[in-house]
Amino acid sequence: MDVILFLLFAAIAVACGVNLVVQKHPIASALSLVGVMGSLAVLYLLLGAEFIAAAQVIVYAGAIMVLFLFVIMLLNAGGEPKTPGKSRMAGLLGIPLMAVLLGLLSYLVQRALPKPAGVTFGAFTGGKPYDVGKAIFTEYMLPFEITSVLILIAILGAIVLARKEID
Amino acid sequence: MSEFYTSTDHFVLVPALLLALFGCFVLLADFLVFPRPKHRRYVVILVALGEAFTGAALWRQHSFLSAHDLASVSAFHGSLVVDGMSIFFNWIFIAAVLLVALVSYRYLETEQEHRAEYYGLMMLAQCGMFFLAAGTDLVTLFVGLELMAVSFYVMVGFLRRDKRSNEAAMKYLLLGAFSSGFLVYGFSLLYGLCGSTRLDRIGEAVTERGPFDPIVFLALTTTAVGLLFKVSAAPFHMWAPDAYEGAPTTVTAFLAVGSKAASFAFLMRMFLYPLAGARPAWEPILIGVAILSMTVGNLAAITQNNLKRLLAYSSVSHAGYILLGLVAGNETGIKGMAVYILVYLFMTLGAFLVVVALRRKDLAGEDVDDLAGLIHKSPVEAVLMLIFMLSLAGIPPTAGFIGKYFIFLSLIETGHYVLAVVATLYVAVAIYYYFRIVKSMFVGEMTDTVPLMGGFGMRIALGVTGVLTLLIGVYPEPFLQFAQTSLGR
Amino acid sequence: MTMTSVPLSWYLILSAVLFTLGVAGFLFRRNIITVFMSIELMLNAVNLSFVAFSYQWRQVDGHVYTFFVMVVAAAEAAVGLAIILTVFKNRATLQIDDVDSMKN
Repeated sequence: MDVILFLLFAAIAVACGVNLVVQKHPIASALSLVGVMGSLAVLYLLLGAEFIAAAQVIVYAGAIMVLFLFVIMLLNAGGEPKTPGKSRMAGLLGIPLMAVLLGLLSYLVQRALPKPAGVTFGAFTGGKPYDVGKAIFTEYMLPFEITSVLILIAILGAIVLARKEID
Repeated sequence: MSEFYTSTDHFVLVPALLLALFGCFVLLADFLVFPRPKHRRYVVILVALGEAFTGAALWRQHSFLSAHDLASVSAFHGSLVVDGMSIFFNWIFIAAVLLVALVSYRYLETEQEHRAEYYGLMMLAQCGMFFLAAGTDLVTLFVGLELMAVSFYVMVGFLRRDKRSNEAAMKYLLLGAFSSGFLVYGFSLLYGLCGSTRLDRIGEAVTERGPFDPIVFLALTTTAVGLLFKVSAAPFHMWAPDAYEGAPTTVTAFLAVGSKAASFAFLMRMFLYPLAGARPAWEPILIGVAILSMTVGNLAAITQNNLKRLLAYSSVSHAGYILLGLVAGNETGIKGMAVYILVYLFMTLGAFLVVVALRRKDLAGEDVDDLAGLIHKSPVEAVLMLIFMLSLAGIPPTAGFIGKYFIFLSLIETGHYVLAVVATLYVAVAIYYYFRIVKSMFVGEMTDTVPLMGGFGMRIALGVTGVLTLLIGVYPEPFLQFAQTSLGR
Repeated sequence: MTMTSVPLSWYLILSAVLFTLGVAGFLFRRNIITVFMSIELMLNAVNLSFVAFSYQWRQVDGHVYTFFVMVVAAAEAAVGLAIILTVFKNRATLQIDDVDSMKN
């Protein structure tokens, strides 16, 4: 059952990823990215990361991607013009080649790992919001506070750059 | 104090707290002070005050270390540290921010984009730089890096109406986010190696597995891509010329010295501690990158007419020289890197300050031709620029020579004779384009008679950088001792 | 090859494949927003890698790192889209090739 779920959602993730790279119109790419995030959320659940799965759907797919969609709609971004023949060929060849290459590399990589047990749903229960929250507010409290400054800068930057001229 | 925020934690964190606090004060000052142009200088005074307090906190940390004869103090479960390196680099950041803030006032007034957010962003970027210099945990380092990077994305695009500024910010952000992606991928592999994000545990795991273990090698290369991008080493330097050219010149100056110093602190921290066990794997890679950086930087600078692009390519070559110190890796090499970064701070900042001074109302002043006949128009600036050019080329008795001397010494000490010869050859190449600028200043005909940007801040900043560039070259001892402190771990 | 559990290496391979797709999208696409979304794809791949390793070591540290990567991605997206807006306001184009005024 785990294997079937993994294969199904991994296939959806890869298909949406390929679609993102291949589609002409940014809206189609944005929706494919939402698809990737959704399937990744299921994979996180299989890995026992309940909090992260929820955060992925709520924050990443639900807030960040909506922001992307807003901007695409606002700018009325159209599709890309037809690319000249040469770079088209490079694109068609390059993408699967790179995927194969890195897939091969990662296969070599996992060879070097100690043989872990397989992933079974429910084998790791340490990913609940309680556990993640405990880690963030004790061991990782410092980076958490730094991210608050980071968010301040992001807000500041967005306002400084995109605000309408008042003066 | 609770068990999760002990007094040791507080002691180590104080400089960052002060920087973040004063950054927020500056943002508040925007409401209270900025509307009245006459009061705007109080914001710069606030920045200076913040830097003074931070400097005092650093001094306290330094005296604590020497009083108790400790090499380092670790805090936050080993994710933040006070050691010689963190103190050394933090002083460099303070100097960079102070000098840039002094000249930004007039410059931004001329560009008509004078907003207090600029100063706030500078201080918050410095807060990020603090974590890059003092972090010993992958999470802290990454978040500190992004803190600095995001501030810079905004600062580079600060001139909203200028097309080049927009474009520079866009390219810098896209390439920066791309390299961050590589960096965190490498970090995930490093985490997977040993189950901990702390640098010391990762170091043990890397040494245990050896340098050519496939996962160690993959982690090493992806992390290196991210790190080398931030220091603008070739072949990951593509963002530098456009970002340097399009950004407001004061931001370019801050980027060239502050961001580069912080990124080198990060690079040194990563390559000297957790990845030390993998040296046989990364040494050849760094040799290649260093040679490529010197080649690309020096050769591309020859054809440049825009001063900012020229200095961008020259900073690519300087990154190559600094990396050679890491390749050597012995005590002289690391000390050489520290000395070079200190020296680089003053000479590059000085050169960019002269370019800032060239910006006058309706005159962009970015080309080599704008410097023509400077000796007649403002002899002081011309002589200072001569000193900076001599120093950048590495000619005695300027500071640049001292920096290069230690790097070359370390290369010879560790037997990298070929590298030393190659580096010397490139020094000769660099002399050509630095002297093109000097020639333009002394021999060229003046194209306009508008005086350069003056002002109290500019005079102080130019004075400090000029004097120090000469002083370090003529009397290097105290500065060498200061750089030596960075070795104490 | 087990029937009841998935080898962890498959997750890592999936992460590598998605990462490569993101890199390919960054290098080959010409629309600024699509390029930016490819970067987000890369970061998602990294998140998967972190969660997978977190499972291997039965720790929550990887989850925490994923959390931070998400926050950073959000901050970068906010600033990046603001920059893209200013580029568009000044030039009315979103093709990278047209936004190239600074020459070597």
